[in-house]
Amino acid sequence: MSDLLLAALFHENLALTSFLGICTFLAVSERFETALGLGLAIIVVQTITVPVNNLILNGLLVDGAWAWLGLPDVDLSFLKLIAFIGTIAAMVQILEMFLDRYVPVLYRALGIFLPLITVNCAVLGGSLFMVERQYDPVESVVYGFGTGAGWALAIVAFAAIRERLKYSDIPDGLQGLGSAFLVTGLMSLGFAAFARIPL
Amino acid sequence: MASHWRHLVTPLIAGNPVTLQILGICSALAVTTSLQTALVMSAALTGVLVMSSAAISLIRHHIPNVIRLIVQIVIIASMVVVIDELLQAFAFAVSRQLSIFVGLIVTNCLVLGRAEAFAMRNPVWPSMLDGLGNGLGYSLVLVIVGSLRELFGQGTLLGVTVLKPVAEGGWFEPFGLMQLAPSGFFVIAALIWIIRAVRVEQVERAEHKVLRTRVPR
Repeated sequence: MSDLLLAALFHENLALTSFLGICTFLAVSERFETALGLGLAIIVVQTITVPVNNLILNGLLVDGAWAWLGLPDVDLSFLKLIAFIGTIAAMVQILEMFLDRYVPVLYRALGIFLPLITVNCAVLGGSLFMVERQYDPVESVVYGFGTGAGWALAIVAFAAIRERLKYSDIPDGLQGLGSAFLVTGLMSLGFAAFARIPL
Repeated sequence: MASHWRHLVTPLIAGNPVTLQILGICSALAVTTSLQTALVMSAALTGVLVMSSAAISLIRHHIPNVIRLIVQIVIIASMVVVIDELLQAFAFAVSRQLSIFVGLIVTNCLVLGRAEAFAMRNPVWPSMLDGLGNGLGYSLVLVIVGSLRELFGQGTLLGVTVLKPVAEGGWFEPFGLMQLAPSGFFVIAALIWIIRAVRVEQVERAEHKVLRTRVPR
């Protein structure tokens, strides 16, 4: 289990080794505080959606899931994409309402970032990797938390670097987006070094 | 008719989705280790983009504004399922290599971004051209990055040896970094730099100006 957690955090960091959620990663990393808020939201959403999608997949969609109803030949696995994105959208919506009602402080802090999570490919990617690697429900909780935390770690570190980068002398053409790409590349190179450390 | 061509031509370089609009970057980096996967991914994304733009533009007057995002995502997801099943049926090996990235076209911000920004407000024909133009602009970046990474990382193009590597008795020492994840970022950064060197109007203004200090002699 700890192997899985560490691998999800560092070795297979979704943002820096699989490039998932890079659009949001580049767009919402101008300021440290917002990056931290988005990172926390991603951890929560990812820890909930990966196990829920796992249960939906194994309970409703895989080949033979409807055998108990006398329908052994029904295979709905082609619906998994639509089911997953629906679950993610619903979960984000529920989380938004829950936070609004019970934790208004956090709700105000996260603000517009909550709905944005629906289209963050790290969240859908986590669920799809879960299918590809056939994790069981307990493993998917660990995997969901690990990938969420890994993504949060990456964006917080990146935002901290970018805040300092504003004060440096960069060639005109690399100003903004270009330098953001270069820094992400260097960070990704650093994370690639984790692959050399055996668990 | 002629006025519609700008929808097709503008996104190629002047308003390129990857290098200027920051859309659809995840897949642009992950599938470009070889030219073949880059080409298949480009074709898949362009197909989804044209079809979903057409479909969304067709029913744009009937979509209630409150639930438009959900409707758009469901339409896009259905198109992606069709493309995914087609790939698995006719190009299984490539579909294995692309792994989860075909499925991730659903959350590719390029598709949703064009649906929201263009297809919701324009008739079918311009929307399809806009979809095609943005798809081709995305494909252009993918093909350039894919060719560079495959050529310098393995010495091949589409699996055919172009630069003979040392291991096979040639002279070319494969540049291993090009096959690793980070090189995608470096190649795209270089591409952005080149485009902005030519098209100066795309350069972002610096937030802080670094003053020249006089060096004492």
